[in-house]
Amino acid sequence: MSNSSWIFPWDLARRGVLGMNRRNIAYIARYNSRSRYPLVDDKLRTKLVAQKARLNVPALLGVVRTQHENEALQNELANLSEFVIKPAQGSGGKGILVIVGRDGDAFVKSSGARISLNDVKRHVSNVLSGLHSLGGKQDVALVEALVKVSQQFSGVSHEGVPDIRIIVFRGYPVMGMLRLATHASDGKANLHQGAIGVGIDIGTGRSVAAVQNNRLLHQHPDTGADLDSLEVPGWKQMLNLAARCYEVTGLGYMGCDLVIDETQGPLLLEMNARPGLSIQIANNQGLVPRLKHVEQL
Amino acid sequence: MTQRGPFLFFVALLFLGGLGTAGYRHESYYIPFLPGAQQTVWQVEARVEYLAQGGATQVYLTLPPEQTGFRLIGESSASSGFGFEISTQDRQRRAHWTKRHARGEQVLFYKLDLVQDPSHHVEPSPAGQPQPQTWDEPYQTAALQLLQAVTPVSADARSLAQQLSFQMNQSGANQNLSLLLDRYNRSELMASLMNEARVPARTVQVLELEDGRRRQGLRDLVQVWDDEAWQLFDASAGIVDDRQLLLWQTATPAVLEVLGGSRSRVTFSIISQSRPATTLIDQTPPGFAVSLYNLPIAEQSMFKLIMLLPVGALVVVVMRILVGLKTSGTFMPVLIALAFLQTELVPGVTSFVVVVAIGLMIRSYLSSLNLLLVSRIATLVVVVIGIITLFSLLSYQFGLMGGLTITFFPMIILAWTIERMSITWEEQGPREVAVQGGGSLLVAVLAFLVMDQPLARHLAFNFPELNLCVLALILLLGRYTGYRLLELHRFAVFNR
Repeated sequence: MSNSSWIFPWDLARRGVLGMNRRNIAYIARYNSRSRYPLVDDKLRTKLVAQKARLNVPALLGVVRTQHENEALQNELANLSEFVIKPAQGSGGKGILVIVGRDGDAFVKSSGARISLNDVKRHVSNVLSGLHSLGGKQDVALVEALVKVSQQFSGVSHEGVPDIRIIVFRGYPVMGMLRLATHASDGKANLHQGAIGVGIDIGTGRSVAAVQNNRLLHQHPDTGADLDSLEVPGWKQMLNLAARCYEVTGLGYMGCDLVIDETQGPLLLEMNARPGLSIQIANNQGLVPRLKHVEQL
Repeated sequence: MTQRGPFLFFVALLFLGGLGTAGYRHESYYIPFLPGAQQTVWQVEARVEYLAQGGATQVYLTLPPEQTGFRLIGESSASSGFGFEISTQDRQRRAHWTKRHARGEQVLFYKLDLVQDPSHHVEPSPAGQPQPQTWDEPYQTAALQLLQAVTPVSADARSLAQQLSFQMNQSGANQNLSLLLDRYNRSELMASLMNEARVPARTVQVLELEDGRRRQGLRDLVQVWDDEAWQLFDASAGIVDDRQLLLWQTATPAVLEVLGGSRSRVTFSIISQSRPATTLIDQTPPGFAVSLYNLPIAEQSMFKLIMLLPVGALVVVVMRILVGLKTSGTFMPVLIALAFLQTELVPGVTSFVVVVAIGLMIRSYLSSLNLLLVSRIATLVVVVIGIITLFSLLSYQFGLMGGLTITFFPMIILAWTIERMSITWEEQGPREVAVQGGGSLLVAVLAFLVMDQPLARHLAFNFPELNLCVLALILLLGRYTGYRLLELHRFAVFNR
């Protein structure tokens, strides 16, 4: 049944692939205490906790908490030409606005499009009213420093900064994946929106395989970069950073999203208490054997 | 898993408890497991409302006569502070309520239990020779001319009646008829004309028996004597199948007579139940002391739907956990399926898609208005109500009565569905909207198909304890750690 679009469940089990139901029951429900969720679901709290534990994070430039504060947004942004606005409780990369420069009164998005101050305010207003947040709850907007793509990665990703997702199980990094935005994913590093996932060998930091929309590929469709010989710089440092996330949050099964800044090196972007399963496809490996191995330690 | 044993024990307990109770009730009270294997009991509730003027007051309500096809197994009245008796005069039964002083709104109930029993036969009272009525001119001439036209093309009482009702529906065809219809209503005219032709006929009022109907009125029909039995005719539709019709009033007195009150009216609620024949012989069924059958009829109708909800929830659980379908809003599909039960499938799906599509269009305009979440949802609620109203009015205008059932859709849920789909559209594109919307609709249709099964409806209402088994299944599925069906597709790359 090779190359067909279906696979037998026993074949999946043989490959040690973790399914959604098993992830939810045997790992998330079992190892992640509910009381710890707010820590990762709220990026403002994540940032504060991480800063306290001296984990490297992108600098927090400001917080907009109310519509009233939003009215005076121009003061907050007065001296900034590059910044990122994101909802504290957004999910799946929703509601993130990346501004890479100014053009007179206009703001330049990472795609090159220009938007006005009013457009930025409307975006913040949407964030505050909970448009991008889980369950539509009222939210706050974070203004963060823009992460600059490091030299090694420039030319690899289409737009935006490549980010690295590492699954950390009980403090041990067990699987890693580099996520590259594409034209199809509209600059977002979300796999089911068309971003590329590059599996990363957890020991060496070298790429294993690359997939887009569940299909193997060897070159970035937009930049033409070779995806088979990628190597993540400072991999040991990243593993360290990811492992320390466990100490900060106490979540037994989590995903850490890291980026590499040109000057600051690896930074913790956010954490996820319900990391997705596509990382297995990018690595062409199931998670179960590795998780079982950690459980036996 | 930890505590696996106690969990499985608990689930088994629930499952066996449900099955055991159902089995016990089946054995002890002869409630059949299959629908259709029993007799239908019609519970009819007449509700009399009127405004009492302050003095002594009396209410007469005509009761249905003993008739073929229905067997009376119980009747009762609920009316606090009123004296009540049932009087019989010339085979005509009447309920009689009395009270010395009454003022303001009065509500009286009369409840009737009838078994639908085709073998129950009542010898019809033979009709006497009809007394032709005296007509005023020019109606006399018109009636005679009409009969002269119709009589030659009919053979007997039955065909005469059919010809008459056929003529009455040829609107404007016959001047005599138009003249007569200005003065008399159809049923009255038909009976009078039959009598004029020396055929015994009379106007009657009947109740249409349909499960779950509330606030029904009586329907005017004509009975024609064709030598051995009374045959029912609808003056505007011809011969009528009388199996689902309960003859309520045959003689001259009005159905409702109120002394010492005004603004009186009577409405009927009807519900059908399945009960085994054995309990129907026994007039005091002890086993039903704590059963749903004892609730007021309106509430029973409600419970017929409520008891189906767990089955719908089970469908959602199966589709999400075993299949892995995405839906927009976890249990939204069940509520939509519940609405489908009222609207039927095709009109339901059509109107759902139309409302959501129009809602999405309007919502895309709203998103440029920069509204706060709460007022955006509230706006959508108003918009949804507007669409539904417009849809109902239009479909009524075009004679599509099916369109009116659109009001059964839960409007707040629709508003939220539109909002959620619109956000999905903006963030993840129309494809994801199609996936989630299609998934929701698919689950809703499946839930509807399951809940619409006569067997499911029968079991859910007559054996509510079987919901314990449904609960056990839901709990069991909650611990399922295997792959979802769609994951076998998603992870197909592992074939390589």
